[in-house]
Amino acid sequence: MSVAAPLGEKRRATELILVLFAVVLTLVAFTSVSAAYTNKLPSGLLQDGLGFAALAIGTHLAVRWLAPYADPVLLPAVIFLNGLGLVLIHRLDLATLTTKHATHNAPLQLVWTVIGIICFVAVLYFIRDHRQLESLTYTAMAAGLFLLVIPALLPASHSTVNGARIWIRFGSFSIQPGEIAKMLLEVFFAGYLVRKRAVLALAGRKVAGMTMPRGRDLGPVLVAWGASLLILTRESDLGSSLLFFGIFVVMLYVATTRRSWLLIGIVLFLFGSLGAYHFIGHVHERVQIWLHPLAPKYITGDSYQLAQGLFGQATGGIFGTGLGQGRPDLVPFANTDFIGSTIAEELGLAGLMAVLTVYLLIVMRGIRAAIGTKDDFGKLLGVGLSFGFALQIFVQLGGVTRLIPLTGLTLPFLSYGGSSLISSWILLALLLRISDAARQPASELPQSPDEFATMVVKR
Amino acid sequence: MNRQLKQVAVAILAMFGLLLINSNIVQVGQASSLRANPHNVRVLYGEYSHQRGPIVVAGQSVAKSVKTHDSLKYLRTYPGGAEYAPVTGYYSLVYSSSGIEQAENSTLAGTSDQLFFHRISDEITGRTPQGGSVDLTINPDAQHAAYQGLASAPSFNGVRAGAVVALNPQTGAILAMASYPSYDPSQISGHNTKTDQAAFHQITHDPGDPLLNRAVNQSYPPGSTFKVITSATALSSGKYTPSQPLIPAPSKLTFNNTTHTLSNFQGETCPGSGQITLAEALKVSCNTAFGGLGLKLGSDAIAKQAAAFGFGKHLTIPIGVSDSNYVKTSDPPLLADSAIGQYSDSVTPLQMAMVAAGIANHGIVMKPYLVADTKAPDASVLTRARPQAFSQAVSPGVASQLTTMMEGVTQPGGTGTAAAISGIPVAAKTGTAENVPGQPTHAWFIAFAPATHPTVAVAVLVEHGGVGGVAAAPIAHTVMCAVLSCP
Repeated sequence: MSVAAPLGEKRRATELILVLFAVVLTLVAFTSVSAAYTNKLPSGLLQDGLGFAALAIGTHLAVRWLAPYADPVLLPAVIFLNGLGLVLIHRLDLATLTTKHATHNAPLQLVWTVIGIICFVAVLYFIRDHRQLESLTYTAMAAGLFLLVIPALLPASHSTVNGARIWIRFGSFSIQPGEIAKMLLEVFFAGYLVRKRAVLALAGRKVAGMTMPRGRDLGPVLVAWGASLLILTRESDLGSSLLFFGIFVVMLYVATTRRSWLLIGIVLFLFGSLGAYHFIGHVHERVQIWLHPLAPKYITGDSYQLAQGLFGQATGGIFGTGLGQGRPDLVPFANTDFIGSTIAEELGLAGLMAVLTVYLLIVMRGIRAAIGTKDDFGKLLGVGLSFGFALQIFVQLGGVTRLIPLTGLTLPFLSYGGSSLISSWILLALLLRISDAARQPASELPQSPDEFATMVVKR
Repeated sequence: MNRQLKQVAVAILAMFGLLLINSNIVQVGQASSLRANPHNVRVLYGEYSHQRGPIVVAGQSVAKSVKTHDSLKYLRTYPGGAEYAPVTGYYSLVYSSSGIEQAENSTLAGTSDQLFFHRISDEITGRTPQGGSVDLTINPDAQHAAYQGLASAPSFNGVRAGAVVALNPQTGAILAMASYPSYDPSQISGHNTKTDQAAFHQITHDPGDPLLNRAVNQSYPPGSTFKVITSATALSSGKYTPSQPLIPAPSKLTFNNTTHTLSNFQGETCPGSGQITLAEALKVSCNTAFGGLGLKLGSDAIAKQAAAFGFGKHLTIPIGVSDSNYVKTSDPPLLADSAIGQYSDSVTPLQMAMVAAGIANHGIVMKPYLVADTKAPDASVLTRARPQAFSQAVSPGVASQLTTMMEGVTQPGGTGTAAAISGIPVAAKTGTAENVPGQPTHAWFIAFAPATHPTVAVAVLVEHGGVGGVAAAPIAHTVMCAVLSCP
């Protein structure tokens, strides 16, 4: 964080240059895919390129207008990831063209990108100060829980896709409400913890040199734990369950500054994991596959996807096969769950490391915004969003690369899918909003949401 | 709270660090074992994704890749069919590869070091990489004659089986390599693994074992064709000439302390009054004479001579060849049997063709080879075969004596007259090898022509075909005529 700009500097020009760089990188990747497949330049390179550049610059202008002091690195990093995702999805579409089941996912993903950016601008426009969200704490909780449990309440035919009951499906239309629910719950956690942290930080007895909370204050963490176990058993969603609980425990720790909460969280996590492993069939199976992905009894069935993904990563090696020259299409769900393995195969370890670095950049800039902002709600929301984003990437890529058992999460901005893309863009809007507040000179900062509201009226 | 935020940042750094370390392990540490996993079809798909080079015989492709519209972009087809299957082998998704497809894979797939600069230039110009071609030494007329000859040979228990190898004795170039029964490699080299598996199941359950390349990968007792080697041992010892001294040729060879006897084919007596010249003994294939001669020469001398023709030496052409063996013994009845190509003698048809070729080439056995040259996709030559000597089997003098003796075999009164060609002298030796008691003998025939200036040497084996001069000699005749363009 040595490149921290002095407070009050806008640095929008820096952002524009970086955005244009991200656009150029995307178009180079697009051209390279096309060259590998047809030995020609992509037919619509000019209009596609201009279109994508216009979209990116338009987004930049929206930031210039709505969050002029925001961190200049966040938007370009996201444009790069979103663009790379589009190219990879297009590349996987090309691989299916000669087969019976040709897919045309890239144009759809582009539509989702546009919708995501519209949502992004809308969030920046309507939420002029992140503290507005604090008043929505319990609304966010209700909405978040509602979205989270809908799939479990719907009949399986309207909620289950590929074994995970995490969807709302009507005909060809389907969304994953969990992605939005995750952010609503982060808002709730931040608001709730700001109010209750004094109580939750009250000291109980000392155990092994650590101050433990009072027994009666264990309520909230047990509720979160129970809820995530419920997601696991009712919706078979290992990833969301882990994500949800992890975010809560970390936010609880930051809010109370009591390490004992981390310990309690880890103990509960271990109990939950052991219980799930022993009593929940599909969790047991996931762990077995994780331990023995190449075992003869799994490799052609349950672990086929993971094994093919690992083969792809191994084929990629350090520098990758080059875009369009590997066979990532051999891995089932290569454009959603296994897009990380697609990157590893065609762009190699080098490409995967680059993508991880860009993700890390976003996360670290998010945390820096949280550090820089003055209000506790902003700090908590910032760390919740950033840590949730990081944990999702860790759990997702960790599963694909066999660091941990595989879960059903998506890779933000890269994976194919509207719910994931839209919620990721909304997350970016919130991070930019917090960052904008953190870097604004004090004179321009509204003192409270009420004052801000009067300002709106004045205008 | 900021202190806690920084701790969270450090924790996230650690998480990402774990991801990086783990990916290093998968993509670098475990990469080679993951790539080699038999369930990893990427390597194979990679090979299929660009055009594999053809296998060419006299300008015609006997194996080539054609463009398809499925996910494997090229299909391997075999215009050479079953006739060339022992040479080309197959190139299967399910069953890997065999024959030249396997032995010359690096050239055909384009991964050979010699194709390095072509690959680089393909990369730079964005051209789809292509495999090189392999030109074979096969003479299509000889190959066709050999395969057709085997197809009409005698059968036993419903199985018709045999092999033919023809060599250019001066270079070692393989002019024909046929094995029967055979199979169509296209059937197991398709893109539909189910039909490939069904065809493979059918082929492997055929009692004739069509996948076995009998020309180089199956050993048989050589029978009387081995008498050429015993004769060579005798002549090389300096104690014998084709006409001197006379060799005892009783109607039955008996041994001390055993009831085992050695007699002639169908109990016949050899011409002469119990004594015979070496040349006459070879011409009529007199068992008792050669059995007795073997006892005099001893097992060591015969083994040394056999080794000089290539027995026990590992050979690739570049297809791997099974070793041929002469097993030494000091037990007189077994030693006598070994001198007439029975006991534990076991040879491949290729080895017996090398025996004929060595004598034809003034005593020098040339190393047999199938690949005349390999070419890059732009038809520039990558490698060209250089004939090289494999071994000095006999002296030129002994070779010349053996040639004259073997010519007698195809002359009136000899056992191999069926292979005689009018106007062209043919040197030959028949073999009628006992194998499993009660089953018909294997029919053998080795020959070269023209005896004066040999350009083709051939070995024919018909499993359970009966008498060599009857079942095998006519096939040798048509194969030699295909090379020599007989009038």
